[in-house]
Amino acid sequence: MLELGSAVENRRLAAAPSRVRTHPAFLHRLAAHPLALGLALPVLAASAYELAFRLGLVEARLLPAPSHILATLYDLARAGDLATHVMATSLRVLAGFAIGAATGTAHGALTGSLPLLRRLLDPTVQALRAIPSLAWVPLFILWLGIFEASKIALIATGVFFPVYLGVMTSFANVDRRLVEVGQMFRLSHAALMRRILLPAILPDYVGALRSGLGLGFMFVVAAEIMGASEGLGFLLVDGQQLGKPDQILAAIVAFALIGKAADYLLIAVFAPLLRWQDSYGRARESARVAQRRGRDR
Amino acid sequence: MLILDRLAKTYDGGVAALGEVSLRIDAGEIVAVIGGSGCGKTTLLRLVAGLEHASSGSITLDGEAIRAPHPAIGFVFQEPRLFPWLTVAENVGFGLAHLPAAQRRKIVETALARVALDAYHDRWPRELSGGQAQRVALSRALAAEPKVLLLDEPFSALDALTRANLHEHLLLLWQAYRPTLLLVTHDVEEAVKLADRVIVLQPRPGRLFTAFVIDLPRPRDLLSAAFTQAKGAVLDALAAATGPVRIAG
Repeated sequence: MLELGSAVENRRLAAAPSRVRTHPAFLHRLAAHPLALGLALPVLAASAYELAFRLGLVEARLLPAPSHILATLYDLARAGDLATHVMATSLRVLAGFAIGAATGTAHGALTGSLPLLRRLLDPTVQALRAIPSLAWVPLFILWLGIFEASKIALIATGVFFPVYLGVMTSFANVDRRLVEVGQMFRLSHAALMRRILLPAILPDYVGALRSGLGLGFMFVVAAEIMGASEGLGFLLVDGQQLGKPDQILAAIVAFALIGKAADYLLIAVFAPLLRWQDSYGRARESARVAQRRGRDR
Repeated sequence: MLILDRLAKTYDGGVAALGEVSLRIDAGEIVAVIGGSGCGKTTLLRLVAGLEHASSGSITLDGEAIRAPHPAIGFVFQEPRLFPWLTVAENVGFGLAHLPAAQRRKIVETALARVALDAYHDRWPRELSGGQAQRVALSRALAAEPKVLLLDEPFSALDALTRANLHEHLLLLWQAYRPTLLLVTHDVEEAVKLADRVIVLQPRPGRLFTAFVIDLPRPRDLLSAAFTQAKGAVLDALAAATGPVRIAG
């Protein structure tokens, strides 16, 4: 996505080096790394707390120091427990997400592209959506037992609604004018779906999947807190019962890491299909890349 | 030959957009339709495109009745309407999916070269200027080699210089593909510069007011006395068709 030859971009390239030369070079190389800026805040906050703890400014009985949490994580990892718990949680989210996203996509596509079906089905789905998903838990346990099936059903329920809603509304919002171009070329319904509707909704679809994934992680915790013998949610409950705040925080950190990693993977999978997007965020990003290239030269 | 026979359109709400327009257009002819707002210019074009259905009357192209989009009829809209997820070349080849890839590639390359955009083959639509995007849209419509190309104020959003440039491109494309052009515009100079015939519509409901045959040689000299005179005549007719200007209050 290099902006080739546009006058604005050329001017930006020319202007960049003189503007940045005033800063120390190493700081710039550091800040230029895609992860650096994102890590700055958590690292800074953790360091500050660690420092306060070492100086005896805080009582660390309820909020352990970062080094303590890291040590707990390390111990869990060395004993093999961490891998077991992370794997259990990840597999539940994966299964629930797959089921919820697939059914949400299918239903959303149907109601989004067929007005008659939307009038028939959507009110019911919206009514179901209004029920707090946790209200289903007793029923799922009665129907599916207390083991994996009820947990995955709960996660799938959580994932279904944002995906359904996102797909349905983005279908309804596809630019009529682009559909008309397809009509002029006499596309069949299937071709219209494949060549215009699906590519048009893709950016919104990725957004819907991301919110679905986020809810998947929310519901896996709920499911695991309500009764599990392994999983990060189990670590939380176990930590509470045994009075081990470091274990609770270790589980929370693990949640943050795998949640972020899953989200990152989802974006990475769709990124090649979205290179065409013309958005504010992308324009800023390519300007940054161009600036860096200008400096390297 | 494209024949519109007593073509009329009344919308569901009872609004008569077009009342009984008849028109015969020869193959390869350039016809400009001009008129103020509310005279049904765009409705006329959308009926011929098959995007809307006539309330009464008929459209025939070389004896074949037109009721739905037809492969021999192309459309260039007011906006370029390029697919943002396809490259420039993929946009131009959009209507050629039924052809083998090698043949499609050849047609696309020729079409892009004809609008001087061969260097933009792999670019995204977002990287194009307004004039470039509309050239790609012209290319996309003409790559399918329609017998009739409908143009709905395609240059109205462009600045004067770009518009003049697009006029040249359109005339060059017309010489290359020789389609019948039916151009809707509100720009009198554009109509007289491009068309063999200028049709003036009157509003509410839209119907034929008068028509002018412009038999000036091409390329047309916009400063010549003959051109100025033709333009003046069309302007007068347009003013008469639209009625006197009333200032409210």
